Amino acid sequence: MGMVTESQFHVLAVDDSLFDRKMIERLLQKSSCQVTTVDSGSKALEFLGLRESNESDDPNAPSSSPVTHQEVEINLIITDYCMPGMTGYDLLKRVKESAAFKSIPVVIMSSENVPARISRCLEEGAEEFFLKPVKLADLTKLKPHMMKTKLKKESENPAKEDNAVLKPEIREEEPSVIEILPLHQEVEQEPMLSNNKRKAMEEVISTDRSRPKYNDITTLV
Amino acid sequence: MNTVVVAQLQRQFQEYLVSLYQQGFLDNQFTELRKLQDEGTPDFVAEVVSLFFDDCSKLINSMSRSLGRPESVDFKQVDSGVHQLKGSSSSVGARRVKNVCISFKECCDVQNREGCLRCLQQVDYEYKMLKTKLEDLFNLEQQILQAGGTIPQININ
Repeated sequence: MGMVTESQFHVLAVDDSLFDRKMIERLLQKSSCQVTTVDSGSKALEFLGLRESNESDDPNAPSSSPVTHQEVEINLIITDYCMPGMTGYDLLKRVKESAAFKSIPVVIMSSENVPARISRCLEEGAEEFFLKPVKLADLTKLKPHMMKTKLKKESENPAKEDNAVLKPEIREEEPSVIEILPLHQEVEQEPMLSNNKRKAMEEVISTDRSRPKYNDITTLV
Repeated sequence: MNTVVVAQLQRQFQEYLVSLYQQGFLDNQFTELRKLQDEGTPDFVAEVVSLFFDDCSKLINSMSRSLGRPESVDFKQVDSGVHQLKGSSSSVGARRVKNVCISFKECCDVQNREGCLRCLQQVDYEYKMLKTKLEDLFNLEQQILQAGGTIPQININ
């Protein structure tokens, strides 16, 4: 049956451009994900609790134990490729090299279609490579990857709630249901207003009830 | 609510929006952008667009400075600016701006200062033109809402 009371998927989005951060944040929110955005690879590592070296002076730093002390549960990292300092590729490598975080799926975004770049990233372990501008439809590809980590964590440690310092919101007022579906079908949750919980993969536009759809005014350009 | 007025405004809005696509100011990505707006985030498009225009202004100024003196042009800086502008114009659906950026990049790649200056001027013109157009569009939206109507969802193919 597979009914699970679920907290939302939490995605860490990394991009040095404010504009792009705003876009990816909205895209993810619209896909019912909780989002944290950071503007660099090093901030991303910091957020995960994976320290770079020599940062013991920082009083705000989480404890430096490198192995399992994950502050926040992240189900996916989506990062821009071209960033000053640590590129998305560098970040990908760091994540995949870390015992604690290598199971987190990583997705790379880039405005440039460079096949060598794409295959390099995929070889290094990136799950997907998105060309910018990223569309809502692209994000539906993420659900299967995030589901894997969610299910894995649920089975490994059902009482994980206690360990997490920051936890994504658990929607207790609205009992959420995840149906485990065969591949290529997804469940999408509408956290806000509507009751409909289930969408097929093709339909990515959420039902917009207050706006009448003028289907007969479909205009061809 | 005066339904006749609302219907009229909605029609006006629809025609105006369609014309912007037809004249090449906007492309499909703008449609994608509108999809991201909903009851919870009614100002999303306006905010993003505003951010974009701010970016345009800033980047154009800094590129202008970089191109300023013929003997010491920082093409790397210009290239970086064009790259950003191309990216954001692409994300917003600002088709004409994006197209100028493509030419702009080509001039930059071959270090053609004159070409870059022309493109800079054109980018400036295009973004300001688009800004005016979108202001008019958002205005129409406001009028519809104030008249008690809802903003039509328009499918552009």
